[in-house]
Amino acid sequence: MTALTKSEMAELLYEELGLNKREAKEVVEHFFEEIRTSLEENEQVKLSGFGNFDLRDKSQRPGRNPKTGEEIPISARRVVTFRPGQKLKARVEAYARTR
Amino acid sequence: MTKSELIERIAARQLQLSAKDVELAVKTIIEQMSQTLASGSRIEIRGFGSFSLHYREPRLGRNPKTGETVELAGKYVPHFKPGKEMRDRVNESLGTTF
Repeated sequence: MTALTKSEMAELLYEELGLNKREAKEVVEHFFEEIRTSLEENEQVKLSGFGNFDLRDKSQRPGRNPKTGEEIPISARRVVTFRPGQKLKARVEAYARTR
Repeated sequence: MTKSELIERIAARQLQLSAKDVELAVKTIIEQMSQTLASGSRIEIRGFGSFSLHYREPRLGRNPKTGETVELAGKYVPHFKPGKEMRDRVNESLGTTF
């Protein structure tokens, strides 16, 4: 099965909501861009029924170059994590039971 | 940012679409994404990230109230892997204050 991409998302908005193709493409683009902008500004994103995008600050920790074995610190960083909501988890589990 | 704030922010950028159209579009997008995962398929958005299902092996759990051992079946859980642009933009904000 092929993955869902932005073009199929725009196609559905065109077919189901009657947006023209340019509007459909723009709104899909803005959907992801606004989420990224919010996260970039260190603001959590909560999409009820789907899930939350949270931010976690990780402190520096020791790492290793896997090729040379040399020790190099992994610098402190901020990462995005996704926590699926109850509704999405339940729908996915329901799928698993059909397999 | 909540779903309704997301709708407002997109509407503020969209001159031609009404707030109602943007609301319907956002709800349609989220429903299509949920449906895709619920049917076992992946979602791939370049520069944003990908969503897929991860399998959790069956395991023995415990009822926290009674302490009784219960068999938990294997299950699938949604997983998100941020894309490069997302990782870089979020990480660059570290150390800046808003």
